[in-house]
Amino acid sequence: MKTVCFYFQVHQPWRLKTYRFFQMGNDHNYLDDFTNRAIMQKVARECYLPMNALLLSLIEENKGKIKCSFSITGSAVEQFKAYAPEVLESFKRLAETGCVEFLGETYSHSLSSLYSVDEFKQEVKLHTQMLKEEFGVKPTAFRNTELIYSDEIAKAVEDMGFKTMLAEGAKHILGWKSPNFLYSDAADNKLRLLLRNYKLSDDIAFRFSNEGWPEWPLTADKFAQWVAEENGDVVNLFMDYETFGEHQKASTGIFDFMKALPAALLDKGVEFATVSEASKRLQPVAVLHCPYAMSWADEERDVTAWLGNDLQNEAFSKLYALAPKVKKAKNRDFEYVWHFMQNSDHFYYMATKWFSDGDVHSYFNPYGSAYEAFINYMNVLADFEIELNKLQ
Amino acid sequence: MRVLMFGWEFPPHIAGGLGTACYGMTQGLARNDVEVIFVMPKASGDEDQSFVKVVNASDIEARYCDSSIEGADDIMRKISFIHIDSNMVPYISPEEWATYREGYERTGKKFWERQGDSWTQRYTFSGKYGANIMEEVARYAVVAAEVARQLEGQFDVIHAHDWLTYYAGIAAKRVSGKPLVVHMHATSFDRSSSDNIDTRVYEIERGGMAAADMVIAVSNLTRNIVINKYNIEPEKVVAVHNAVQFAENDNPLPVRGVDDKIVTFLGRITFQKGPDYFIEAAAKVLKRVPNVRFVMAGSGDMMNHCIRRAAQLGISDRFHFTGFLKGDDVQKMFQLSDVYVMPSVSEPFGISPLEAMRSNVPTIISKQSGVAEVLDYAVKVDYWDVDAMADAIYGLITYPALAKMFSEKGMEEVNSLKWFNAATKIKDVYQQAIDKCK
Repeated sequence: MKTVCFYFQVHQPWRLKTYRFFQMGNDHNYLDDFTNRAIMQKVARECYLPMNALLLSLIEENKGKIKCSFSITGSAVEQFKAYAPEVLESFKRLAETGCVEFLGETYSHSLSSLYSVDEFKQEVKLHTQMLKEEFGVKPTAFRNTELIYSDEIAKAVEDMGFKTMLAEGAKHILGWKSPNFLYSDAADNKLRLLLRNYKLSDDIAFRFSNEGWPEWPLTADKFAQWVAEENGDVVNLFMDYETFGEHQKASTGIFDFMKALPAALLDKGVEFATVSEASKRLQPVAVLHCPYAMSWADEERDVTAWLGNDLQNEAFSKLYALAPKVKKAKNRDFEYVWHFMQNSDHFYYMATKWFSDGDVHSYFNPYGSAYEAFINYMNVLADFEIELNKLQ
Repeated sequence: MRVLMFGWEFPPHIAGGLGTACYGMTQGLARNDVEVIFVMPKASGDEDQSFVKVVNASDIEARYCDSSIEGADDIMRKISFIHIDSNMVPYISPEEWATYREGYERTGKKFWERQGDSWTQRYTFSGKYGANIMEEVARYAVVAAEVARQLEGQFDVIHAHDWLTYYAGIAAKRVSGKPLVVHMHATSFDRSSSDNIDTRVYEIERGGMAAADMVIAVSNLTRNIVINKYNIEPEKVVAVHNAVQFAENDNPLPVRGVDDKIVTFLGRITFQKGPDYFIEAAAKVLKRVPNVRFVMAGSGDMMNHCIRRAAQLGISDRFHFTGFLKGDDVQKMFQLSDVYVMPSVSEPFGISPLEAMRSNVPTIISKQSGVAEVLDYAVKVDYWDVDAMADAIYGLITYPALAKMFSEKGMEEVNSLKWFNAATKIKDVYQQAIDKCK
């Protein structure tokens, strides 16, 4: 029996406003409220609300046979509350069906796992608290920001009591092995790993509407056939939730495709499972060694999209140098800023690798250049530090 | 005395220091009883004309085509003298050119020899430093000749500012027979490293100075370059330092957001301005003193390089970039500064330190700047000597007495630099040029 495991990433960064040197010390409102609201409401209208409604009706129609998993960042939830509370309500209704699993992750969609175990654990703890408050669940499976994974991070995740973790089915790590099996971590084999099937995931997330793609148009039957034909135990389809209606617009037929897909898959004898169910149901076939951090981003599947040049490294080290001061301050307002400054997106905007994945980068980027993004970020950070120092 | 002056820009529409200098200079000349007719491409009509008459070159109808008008042939001959890589003088579209050429082959007549007003044409100058600047320079010369002809008898001397207007000056001199003074505000060697200069510009500069009766350089530094690198006879070259004229500053003091000392670089971020030396010095200072911030204000082709360099040195949390500043923000930046640094590799004059001093800001300037010749109360260092630069910055932010002295004495000094005095010297140069031509 083959299992299909859908996991959707829900995240919106807090976008910074244009912050000039002259504002430093005088203006402590860093966010671009207009853009944040406009984007959140647009994505809610085009993606979150219609897709949640679709999933809810599919789950109800199929009486518990349809399952999926979500990872929702703290930054996204904060913005739901501020600009689109009905989206949060619709996620809660999904949670009540019992067919949806919520995964643990970092609260701010941060890169803290690459900085220190301490900071990482704190971020995860905060996110776990948020899940309990909003959805009344305690996560047992974990997914790190952008599926960043390494042996060291796996150890920290296991320490925090998670049983399962998601990672990219990256070729340079897997080699000849297939992502369609359950794996375990390298240290003590206790953490179970589900790996993304990037080929089939990206068929939906990136190629679905590409008319130059030989397989276009992609139908639910065709895709279900591919899933059924895959070797292995489990096909892991991990993607951004914004794929539905945002990256692939409604006019491409993505909603009709998703509406028809469950029936097509069930027809072919494929079962649905949440991440934790799949992990319990299967036995690990091998251990996965990953000494250096990998991710699901770009061709390289590494972390150079966020930490690949001098600008990014400088911003990253200057940000986390403030960690002890923020901890010492024990001030809600400062913690709030501290979290959104950690959004990995800020570092993504500073990327200067614009080759094969430049399109994806520029699609998400509100800045004209990496340099502008860097200057703006550092200006905000400088003001944050000035205010932080006043508290000490 | 009356002077026909050719410029390229004039306040309020300026891209650089040339327009500001022309403004102060014409005002100083007016007080010295010199009448100025200022010719510039693309005048907008909102220039301050209380003491200078601004002629918009775009409004002059250049009847170059009418050979019945005396001198028209002569003008065309001068155009052929202008060596520009363009057959489009005067500028016409390729289609028009083809039509004219056909006509020429049929009748043997050049199109500008045709009769009638229908060929009277106006050039519209963009007045900007664009890709077709060489063409504009040449077209400006065509119009200049026409201006000089129309204003015949209304001026005694011609004064041309910077290479952009040299052909115009030469053309006007040919037509009117009046003496020509050219003014070197910058040389090709200040715009790029000396082994990489624009040879077309160099040739225009050299040709302009050779044709001129007198040459004014904005500093001895520039005068030496003119003599040594352009081979102009030293007797002909006079250094007249720029002055500075300040608009009344009634801006309220900006709210200071940070307690740290602020050290500022303000200008184009290009090789000539030495921004990288400023960054290296900043890194040295930051190793010693924590409570200081550095600001690099402006934009330019080295900006991204500078951002990367600051990141590499790990000082980006205390080294800020503002991008291009306009209007009041420039003044605001000066007012917020505790130290101003101009580390120019090559600066013919350099007006920005004077503006800083005027805002009571102690100033560090490179010895390779013309302004260093006229200032006593500014710290002078070699642009490449980042240790000395760091030392000076450290001293000015750490010892209040030192900063106070530079700020007070600097203010007095800068207030003594009057365009009236500079204009008096320029008037002397005019007289010499006139005497020479007699």
